[in-house]
Amino acid sequence: MKNDVPTPAIQAIDLACGYDGVPLLDHLDFTVEPGEIFFICGGSGCGKSTLLRHLIGLQPALDGDIQIFGESFVQATVERRRALLKTFGVLYQGSALWSSLTLEENIMLPLEEYTDLSRQDRQRVACLKLAQVGLSGFADYFPSEISGGMKKRAGLARALALDPQIVFFDEPSAGLDPITSRELDELIVQVSSEQGTTCVIVSHELASIFSIGHRIILLEKQARTIIAAGPPKELAAHSADTRVLEFLHRGDIAPPAESG
Amino acid sequence: MLPPMPATDPPPATADLRSEDDHLVLVVSGEWRITRPRPEWSRLSPATPPTQLRIEPTDLTHWDTSLVLFVAAVTRWCREHDIACDQSALPAALQRLGKHFEDETRLPVPTERPSNFIAMVGRAALDSYRKSLQYARFMGECTLSVLFLLRHPGKFRWRDSLAEMQRCGAMALPITGLIAFLVGVILAYSGAVILRQFGGDIWVADLVGVTMTREMAAMMTAIVLAGRTGAAFAAEIGNMRANEEVDALTTLGIRPIDFLVIPRLVALGVMMPLLTLYANALGVVGGMAIAWGLLEIPPQAFWVEMLSIVDLSDLMTGMIKAVTFGAIIGFAGCLRGLQASRSSAGVGEAATSAVVTAILLIIVSDAIFAVIFNALGW
Repeated sequence: MKNDVPTPAIQAIDLACGYDGVPLLDHLDFTVEPGEIFFICGGSGCGKSTLLRHLIGLQPALDGDIQIFGESFVQATVERRRALLKTFGVLYQGSALWSSLTLEENIMLPLEEYTDLSRQDRQRVACLKLAQVGLSGFADYFPSEISGGMKKRAGLARALALDPQIVFFDEPSAGLDPITSRELDELIVQVSSEQGTTCVIVSHELASIFSIGHRIILLEKQARTIIAAGPPKELAAHSADTRVLEFLHRGDIAPPAESG
Repeated sequence: MLPPMPATDPPPATADLRSEDDHLVLVVSGEWRITRPRPEWSRLSPATPPTQLRIEPTDLTHWDTSLVLFVAAVTRWCREHDIACDQSALPAALQRLGKHFEDETRLPVPTERPSNFIAMVGRAALDSYRKSLQYARFMGECTLSVLFLLRHPGKFRWRDSLAEMQRCGAMALPITGLIAFLVGVILAYSGAVILRQFGGDIWVADLVGVTMTREMAAMMTAIVLAGRTGAAFAAEIGNMRANEEVDALTTLGIRPIDFLVIPRLVALGVMMPLLTLYANALGVVGGMAIAWGLLEIPPQAFWVEMLSIVDLSDLMTGMIKAVTFGAIIGFAGCLRGLQASRSSAGVGEAATSAVVTAILLIIVSDAIFAVIFNALGW
């Protein structure tokens, strides 16, 4: 085994995604390096969320393979799948906090399921996670008692409960104001840098893509596959594909003015 | 940056104590993951506390919250025993995370949540008052809607109403039929046991006929529909409220009552009497089957005997009840749906509360009907 080349966090090999045997996306090949902030982008309806559902195992792959740290997720036994699922955290679009549980209990549930921590330690971890996302003190609040931005933060705290190696974000800035959205971006960078967590983000929010994205892949509805991959600023400046330029310049193909 | 997941088992998380001059050194090493077994400070802590303790990472391949927890436990122990704890060798990020444990503050919970008994009673009383107002308002709005739709019949959502009739009427036929048939069987059975002792077997027909037409057909159908349709109305409208669909109607200037409530009320108002008639027929057939099989009373004799006591007024009292019960189920379902809080738990509560309210009001109104019909001599 070559030690100098790190195993990719995620590797999709000729992956086909879709529902009921009908592929929506085909021939997907990409790798996500450990510690990277990786964006899956594309216009509405191009299959971004479908790809995410396949990556987190909610939908079986139609063809090809998904490898998580070098281990096939598609061919894994039920036991191994469960073990691999422990290395994921997911922040859903609507936060998906369990409404009948307080924020603390929301974070304690995965800990209860997968660790042997005492109740007191679980509570401590929950408080720590809430503090990490800037929600200190809100442990006893129910999801219905906090704002949309806070729900996203709480959702992230729950996603981080088991200290996952990869965190998936489904449209994290959907429904947030620009300032809250930026704060969430900063939080993602913090999570990524603090413990080297790999972040895979499904989004079409250009501000986030340019400010925090290390690399992106761009999906396209007609082509049903990846039409571009690379660092976002590089693609925006040098891509020869008009579809890529159109997406990254909000439909305005004229080259972008250099911003500070 | 995280190391790749190795193919072989990772080194276990370990913590060892070592004496060095006058202080203790706690060496943490291996791979610390919260989902794996890890050392506990309560088992490691020395019996005789030193003057100083230093935590030192050696071959620490990975760490996460589990190590933060462990270090926090060590820090707490050191503070309790008045020992200086040196953590400077630990990764900076770990030290920063550890600081979060220092301030385990909790904000006071929102005031809507009851804190003591008197507050709870007070809140419940205010809640009942508010709910009574909502009832009155809802009834008023429904009346206004009905008057408006009578003047503008073109505005009535016929298609929605027909679809609801299909769902709450036609699709409820099997379950209503089965229950009515079995109620007829039960009535005939229990009647037969007693009446046989007096040689009055034939009166089973009277018992089944009168009970079904006046009481049981309407009541059992109403209870089935309260569980089936009332809950569905509440859940559907509650969900629409959670998804802001009801708000979308309001902002368009469409009254949710016209759009959501009246078509459902009309559907139930039409279907309840029809289902009750059907339940009557099935109940009588159930009674007939038992009379024939158990008491050897032929169906013709059963029918003739039943008609000697059951007349149209019995059937009409049943029908009046059926329409009332239908309205109650519709009101309770739609009202609870519109009152639901905007969450998945709210939808569940609305459905439960719709069924409970409907059944309670059905029984209460049935008792009132018993008194009224008795006074009127019907």
